[in-house]
This record gives sequence, C-alpha cells and structure tokens, in this order.
Amino acid sequence: MPLTVYGTELSSRLLLGTAQYPSPAILAEAVKASGAGVVTVSLRREGLDGGSGGGFWSLIRQLGVRVLPNTAGCHTVKEAVTTARMAREVFGTNWIKLEVIGHHDTLQPDVFGLVEAARILADDGFAVFPYTTEDLVVGERLIEAGCEVLMPWCAPIGSAKGPVNIDALRAYRAHFADTPLIVDAGLGRPSHAAAVMELGFDGVLLNTAVAKAGDPVMMAAAFAQAVEAGCGAFEAGPLEPRDMAVPSTPIIGKAVFS
Amino acid sequence: MKLIVNGQALETTARTLSELMAELGHAGNWFATAVNSEFVPGSERERARLSEGDRVEILTPRQGG
Repeated sequence: MPLTVYGTELSSRLLLGTAQYPSPAILAEAVKASGAGVVTVSLRREGLDGGSGGGFWSLIRQLGVRVLPNTAGCHTVKEAVTTARMAREVFGTNWIKLEVIGHHDTLQPDVFGLVEAARILADDGFAVFPYTTEDLVVGERLIEAGCEVLMPWCAPIGSAKGPVNIDALRAYRAHFADTPLIVDAGLGRPSHAAAVMELGFDGVLLNTAVAKAGDPVMMAAAFAQAVEAGCGAFEAGPLEPRDMAVPSTPIIGKAVFS
Repeated sequence: MKLIVNGQALETTARTLSELMAELGHAGNWFATAVNSEFVPGSERERARLSEGDRVEILTPRQGG
C-alpha cells in the first residue's frame, strides 16, 4: 500500500536529497534510478557560489518529481520560519522539511526550537516534515503542534552510521502507530534502509549515502531495492529472534540407524 | 544609500526592493526576498521601501538534503 502524507499518495517510500552529486546530470540519473517521487531542495544566496538558482530549479522541474524544501542550516526559529516562507513562494509548495539545528558538530536538532517553529508554520498553513530525534515526548509535542508526519534521525546527518539505536526506533514505531514515520539522516548503506523499513517505518530520506557513493546512480537503484525489500519484509511479518535452535527439517519420520 | 545585500555591503540608488532587484538584474520567479529577517513576497517588493543599513537577503533554489 502506498505511503500517504498530508493527503498525498507518494509513488515511492524513498525520498532523495539533491546535494553533493558529482554533476547535475548524475543527480538527474540518480533521481530516476531511485524511483523517488519526492526530492529535497534548499534556498541559498544568489550569486555567492557561482551557481545559478534558476538553472537548478529548471533541472528539478524537468524530473517531474515533487519537491520538499528544507530549512537546512537554520539555527533559530526566526531563521527557519522566514526561510520556510521564502521557500513556499519560490517552490510553490506548502511542504517544508523543518530543520532547526541545535549543535554545530552533531547537527542534532534543537527540539525546543523545532516544536515552536512547527507550531508557527502549521498555523500558517504549512505541511511540516520535522527533522527530529527519536525522543517520544518531542514527537508528541510535534503532533500537538500540527505535524502529520515525523522524521526521526537514525544517526547524525551525513555520518553513514546507520541505525545506532534500534531499540529507540522500535519504541518510536510502536508509540506512533498511526503516524507516518520517515527515517531522516544517518543512513549509509542499503542494508540500513532495509533494517529500518523492516521495523515498520514508512519511508526513508537520504542524500549523502547516494550522492557520495562511487557510483551514485547504481547506489540509488540499490537503495530503492532495499527500501522495497524492507517494506515487503515488514508486511510479510518477520520472525522474532529466538535464543535456542529450532530445527527446520521435520523430526518425525527420521530414520533410526542404531 | 548603503545596504547589506546577501551579507555584502552595496551602494545603491534603489528606493524599493523591486528597484534593487532590477538594478541587480534579478528577473524571474525563482527569487525569494527578505528584509531585516522578514519575508517580503514578490507581490510586495514595489511597496517595500528600503532604508540605510537594511539587510536584504535574495535567495534562489539550490541543492539540498
């Protein structure tokens, strides 16, 4: 069954970032190979990095995917809210991946500012996708603020560590049984994506693991397969681990030779 | 009049945000603007008068994660 967020059915459970690719052409090919229906984008100062915002926007529009603008790099509620409002105008969407960064080294969210900004933006008509931790109470506050989806990290952004706290993610899934949950940040390998999907998460959002791979296009396709495999495994009902062996071959009918 | 545009000092004769955008050659619907940390929609740039020392941000789409 497809994932639905804010009343919109997504064509894939893999959401892909658009940063750090070797070239625009490889970015475009990676998006196609991933099958992602949603890609994340940002706003930056025009004219300072030598790039053209208009050219990048034209490339993304040609891909025919939905965009999820972010507030990456914002460290205050004011910065995030202003950036979100600017993004809504330029990208023509009320979707916003809300980041309020709280720590320079770990890039972990300032969850207090995050909840405050989420409330302001939800009241202003935004569909807020909050980048958060796996803290249950913060998740509850975000839902109270108006969020209809939660995006907990599984490890620091760009770390490629994969899920470092499986028990917390499992508890998160169990606690927010009726809320779409997308693991955002920290995934390094397709097996990581499969692992969180097997826990029952509804989707994954990743960027660096694909963009910085030796072959981003091939890695995008590999992640797509992993997400599909993990989702299928969860829906199929995986076995719970057991401490003792259980023979798979029937004992009844075994020959006796002594 | 001196402004701070995208973090850099700029001497300009522009009186409004729309005049500043024209002076910088920024035409198109992929620009977003803010003055002194407040979002200014494109439809309000003509009415947005600028003052000495205003901090203007002009942002455009970029890659993001």
